[in-house]
Amino acid sequence: MTRRTTLSGHTYEFADLKALLAAATPERSGDALAGVAAASEQERVAAQWLLADLPLATFLEEQVVPYEDDEVTRLIVDTHDAAAFAPVAGMTVGEFREHLLRPETDTTALRDGLTPEMAAATSKLMRVQDLVSVARRTPVVTAFRSTIGRPGTLATRLQPNDPTDDPLGVSAAIVDGLLHGCGDAVIGINPATDSPQRTIDLLGLIDDVRQRYEIPTQSCVLAHVTTTLQILERGAPVDLVFQSIAGTEAANDGFGVTLDLLREAHEGALALGRGTVGTQCMYFETGQGSALSANAHHGVDQQTLEARAYAVARAFDPLLVNTVVGFIGPEYLFDGKQIIRAGLEDHFCGKLLGLPMGVDVCYTNHAEADADDTDVLLTLLGAAGCPFVICVPGGDDVMLHYQSLSFHDALYARQTLGLRPAPEFADWLARMDMITDDGRVRDLPADASSLRALTAGVR
Amino acid sequence: MSDPLDALRHATRARVALGRAGDAMPTGHLLTLRQAHAAARDAVHDPLDAPALAQEIEGALGVEVRCVQSAAPDRSRYLQRPDQGRRLAEGSDLPHGEHDLVVVVGDGLSPLAIHRHAVPMLREMLARLEGWRVAPVVVATQARVALGDEIATAVGARSVLVLIGERPGMSSTDSLGAYFTYDARRGRRDSERNCLSNIRPPYGVDYAPAADTLAMLMAEARRLKLSGTALKADPALVAAPEEPS
Repeated sequence: MTRRTTLSGHTYEFADLKALLAAATPERSGDALAGVAAASEQERVAAQWLLADLPLATFLEEQVVPYEDDEVTRLIVDTHDAAAFAPVAGMTVGEFREHLLRPETDTTALRDGLTPEMAAATSKLMRVQDLVSVARRTPVVTAFRSTIGRPGTLATRLQPNDPTDDPLGVSAAIVDGLLHGCGDAVIGINPATDSPQRTIDLLGLIDDVRQRYEIPTQSCVLAHVTTTLQILERGAPVDLVFQSIAGTEAANDGFGVTLDLLREAHEGALALGRGTVGTQCMYFETGQGSALSANAHHGVDQQTLEARAYAVARAFDPLLVNTVVGFIGPEYLFDGKQIIRAGLEDHFCGKLLGLPMGVDVCYTNHAEADADDTDVLLTLLGAAGCPFVICVPGGDDVMLHYQSLSFHDALYARQTLGLRPAPEFADWLARMDMITDDGRVRDLPADASSLRALTAGVR
Repeated sequence: MSDPLDALRHATRARVALGRAGDAMPTGHLLTLRQAHAAARDAVHDPLDAPALAQEIEGALGVEVRCVQSAAPDRSRYLQRPDQGRRLAEGSDLPHGEHDLVVVVGDGLSPLAIHRHAVPMLREMLARLEGWRVAPVVVATQARVALGDEIATAVGARSVLVLIGERPGMSSTDSLGAYFTYDARRGRRDSERNCLSNIRPPYGVDYAPAADTLAMLMAEARRLKLSGTALKADPALVAAPEEPS
């Protein structure tokens, strides 16, 4: 259905819902690459005016990717909760934005009543402060051995990647992270080689450290879900099943996954029952641009497709989800401004849809971005109540060749914004005498017993 | 008493045990990181001097060289529009002939890698191409790997070997990649190429072993009339990673 509006004497037309959504999206290189971006700044605002007046219920009637072609669309439509949607069913997108911003609104009650497209559309009208303030009021709490996402906390994934999966190198990075109070969301390695044996070896390594020091956290080797399924059958100590996912069936096909495969893996890990304070055992990564990168975008803008990936994630009740926002490169998010905005959109949409939405605050060397940009995004995410971020030694991932946050950055954010680690992990840090009563991670002297004990394991 | 953190420092090249100034990094490490990022950024943005390189190749190796540019007019567009970096600029003029192979030298994401490694790598490579009818070397700017497909068609070469600067990391800014495609033409997928990366002596793969491996692979590709995932002549050779379209 064509929608049109006139702005300053010029008439703008949008052929269908996806064209309208794409044109209404704040500028980003990936939409220009896909050929769906607004042709001018005024066209963008024209689309936003139309979007603001669009009834939210439109997204239940009109799909951006056809129902019959795509299992993600079918998942979204078939699991929509009409009762949860009822309180906002009569609103336009613009009214819904205002509804979310009112302090009396319970933003956590809506999740199953909202589709990803509704969340994405609303975010396109929002300013950064809207994305921050609504997300802050929408906590999502999950648990396995530690509890993630409680208001007033900021957890971290400790990412001890090594270019050759060298056990010594991985151990050193893990210990360095622990000494900085990191690792409460997960100790998660991207393996250099995705093989069952390698995955088992690395899992065993993390599990040993965890058990030796009785650390209340979870381990994960971010192998492909099919690899994890194989090692589950071999009795490996799998805490979390990881998988990269996207917002269309075709893009997920490019990742080598289907909903059935994810279901099977979820059931497998759930059956192990390894969690102590919770049972959530899935970990997903997403990122704007992944569908375009797989030639599977159906003419839909990358931010709307990203939100659709969250429908996939929430079907499996995950412990952790994060967007790898600056990793994909400048052809999708060109500079710091685009990365910052996208990170906040992803966090907002994920939270609104009920996900424990973390962010890999990062950039590549060919993007127009630097550590000042990641400082800005981290600070905003801390204000927005982001459940967790990713940290690597010195902010430099020596395996994936990109820059994420350092352990120091996590210390900064917690201290400056008054945030604590996950409660079980904070208790562990206290038992190890690594944190002060007011929550500051100690800079340990060389003779500190915890420092001696942790470093003794690296050999 | 020894510093227990030395155990960490000796265990990995990752930036562990940096120490703290309050919660932040000490100034020395702050600047070291900034310096590494600056080197990587400069590697991406300092342009390739194509005419000078062409002259250098002709002078050093005694082969004919042509220069072309992709459809991406500048670095900013190149970074945002990989599709343009895969197409030749309008009006590109390359003499057509009948060849088995064309070797393309492309700036890619690290012109620095080309400045450092292209000539010695070409010397080793060309010495191993006996029996191949080789077209003049093409130096391409604002180039992606797939630009080689269009160049192969333009010069009338069956296959293409693209030597290209790889995305700089914080500790390796000058890594050269080699991508071979049999029966090259527009629309070839990345899974139909073979790739050898991290050519950068003294830290990475040296020129001679890289050229040996490539020559062996190319001979095998010619025999089987294919390249890519279906061709695994050597464990060191893997199919090219999928490049975003």
